[in-house]
Amino acid sequence: MNLTDVLQFLLSSLSLGGLYALMALGLSLVYGILKLVNFAYGEVVLVGGYALLVTARGPLPWLIAALACVAFAVIISVLLERVAFRPVRNASANTMLITSFAVSILIQNAARLFISPRPQAVTLPSFFTRTIRIGDLFISQRDVLSLIVSLIALGTLVLFLRRTTIGIAMRAAADDFTMSRVLGVRANRVIALAFVISGLLAGIVAVFWVARIGTITPEMGLTPVLIAFVAIVVGGMDSLEGAVLGGYLIGFLTVGLQTVLPQAALEFQQAFLFLIVILVLLFKPDGLISERRSIERV
Amino acid sequence: MALLRRLQTPIILSLILIGIGIYGSLSGRVIERVIIELFINLMLVIALQMFMGNSGIVSFAHVGFMGIGAFTSILLTIPPEMKGRALRELYPVLQPLQAGFLPALLVAGIVTAIIAAIISYPLMRLSGSASVIATFALLVIIHVILKNWTQVTNGPRAVFGVETVTSLPMVAGAAIALVFGAVLFKDSNLGLKLLASREDEKAASSIGINIVQVRWIAFIISAFVAGIAGALYAHFLGQFGADQFYLAETFLVLSMLIIGGSASVSGATVGVIVVTLLTEAFRQVEASVNIAQALPFQISGAAPLLVSIIMILMLILRPDGIVGGRELRIIPPATSTD
Repeated sequence: MNLTDVLQFLLSSLSLGGLYALMALGLSLVYGILKLVNFAYGEVVLVGGYALLVTARGPLPWLIAALACVAFAVIISVLLERVAFRPVRNASANTMLITSFAVSILIQNAARLFISPRPQAVTLPSFFTRTIRIGDLFISQRDVLSLIVSLIALGTLVLFLRRTTIGIAMRAAADDFTMSRVLGVRANRVIALAFVISGLLAGIVAVFWVARIGTITPEMGLTPVLIAFVAIVVGGMDSLEGAVLGGYLIGFLTVGLQTVLPQAALEFQQAFLFLIVILVLLFKPDGLISERRSIERV
Repeated sequence: MALLRRLQTPIILSLILIGIGIYGSLSGRVIERVIIELFINLMLVIALQMFMGNSGIVSFAHVGFMGIGAFTSILLTIPPEMKGRALRELYPVLQPLQAGFLPALLVAGIVTAIIAAIISYPLMRLSGSASVIATFALLVIIHVILKNWTQVTNGPRAVFGVETVTSLPMVAGAAIALVFGAVLFKDSNLGLKLLASREDEKAASSIGINIVQVRWIAFIISAFVAGIAGALYAHFLGQFGADQFYLAETFLVLSMLIIGGSASVSGATVGVIVVTLLTEAFRQVEASVNIAQALPFQISGAAPLLVSIIMILMLILRPDGIVGGRELRIIPPATSTD
C-alpha cells in the first residue's frame, strides 16, 4: 500500500464515517432522552430526500433544494414527535419502539402509494459528480464536501451542547432525564429540541446520501438507519461521543471491508456488521468506547 | 368441569376458526387462498405470542426463522431430478435429499429449532432495547444469508416449482392444534415461570427461576412453530424468495399481534382475524375504485397504509390490544380455593 492508497482510504472512510456519525448522533440524542430506539429515523432521511427530489427539478439553485431537504427533515421529525411519539411517551419502551416501527412502515407505504414504488433519479449539480486529480490521487468533490459539512455540523453541535444553557439542559436530560426534570429542565422543550436537531442531522445526511446513490426509493431510509443502529450499539447506547466515534468506526470498517474482501463476500457485509452488534451487546453492553460502567444494583 | 374450565379458551377459539375454515372451503378459490394465508399467519403470530407475550421481550427474528423453515422444507420436497432447474447452484451433497411433505415439515421445524437454540442462548440474557436490537440484528443476518447463499437458497433469484400441496384443512388443523398448545403452554409450569420473569426479573430470579433458561426454551419452541409455518407457506406459494421473509412480513405479524393484544392467545387470534378482514375489505374497495375509475389515477397498496395507521392508533389509545390481555371465557376463571 502506497501513500496514495492510504490517502484515498482515509478520505473515503472519513466522508462516509461522517455521515454515519451524524445519523448515529441524531439517533442517540433521542435515545438518551426518551429511551426510544427510533426505527422511523430512516424515513426522516427519506422525506428529506423526496423534498430534494422535487425542489431540485425546479428552476431554483441547488443550494435552495438542499436547504429545503434539511427543512423538511426537521419538520417531519418534529411532527412525528408531536403526533406519534408524545402520546406513547409514558408507555413501555416496547410500545414506543413498535410505534416507531409502525411509523416507519407507514411513511414507506405512503411513499409507495403517493409518489412511486420505483427509483426516482435526482438531478445532481456538476460539482457533486466532478473529481479532482492530484497526481495519482482521485478526489471526489462530493466526498470532500460531505467530510467538511459533517465536521462543521458536529463542531457546531458540540459548541451548542457545551456552551448554551439549553444545550447543557439537553445533555443533562440525555444523561438522566428524571433527575434533570426535578432540577427544572422543561421536558417538552428539551424533547422537541432533540427532535429538531436529530431532524437537522438527518436532513444533512439525506443530501449527501442521495448524492451518493443518485436515486430515491421508498426503502432508501433502511440502510442508513441500520448502520446508525450498529454505530450506537458499538459506541455505547447512552453516550453521545460514543455514537459519533461509533459512526466513524463503522465508516472505516465499511470502506476497509470493501477494499479487502472479495466481491462474493461483500454481499455478506451487512450480516458481518450485525454480527458485531450482537457480539458487542453480549460482551460489552456499554459499548466499545464508552468510559461509563453501569452496574445495576438490586 | 376443571378440565373444561382449563380448555374453554382454546375450545371457543377453535370453534371460531372452524367456522372460518368452513366458510373458506365453501367459497371460491380467491377467498380460500385468503383463509389459508390467515391460518398460516395465525401460526406465526401464535408462535410469536408464545415467546413475546409471555416473556415481554419483543422478537423481530421470528419471520427469519419462518424463512429458514421454508427453505429447509423445499430442499427436501423438490424431487432430486428437478433440483437442477429450481436451484441451479445447489451443493451436490444436498441434491439427493428427499422426503415426503409431512416429514419435510417436521424436519423444517426441527432444523429451525436447532439453529434458534444455538444462536439464541446468549441473547436471552438481554432485555429491553438491547434485546430488541439484537433480535433485529438477527433478522438482518438471517435475511442477508438467505438472500446471498446461492448454493442453498438460489440466492437473490426466486425459487420456482415448489409443489403447492398446502391445503385448507391442513393449515386449519395445524392452527387449531397450536391454539390448544399455546394456551396449555401459557398455563404450564414453564409458561408461569416466563410470566413471572416478565413481571419482575429480579423477583423471579430471587425465587429460583433461571430466566435465561426459561426464555431460551420458549424461544426454541416458538422458533420450531415458526419453521413449520414457513414450510407450509413455501408449499402454499409455490414460488418465493428471501424477500418474502423480511420487514413487510415482520410488520404484518407484529401488527396482528399488537392490534389483537400480545398478552393472550385470544388476542393473537382476534388480531389475525381483524387485520385480515380489514386488509381484504380495503383491497375490495381499492379494486372497485380502480375498476369504476372513480379517481383520475389507479390506487394500490392502500391496505398496508391503513393497517399501519390503525396499529399506531391502537398503540396510542389501547396499547393492550382489542382483547386487552385477557382470554376469551364463558366460565369464570378458577379461584384460589379450587
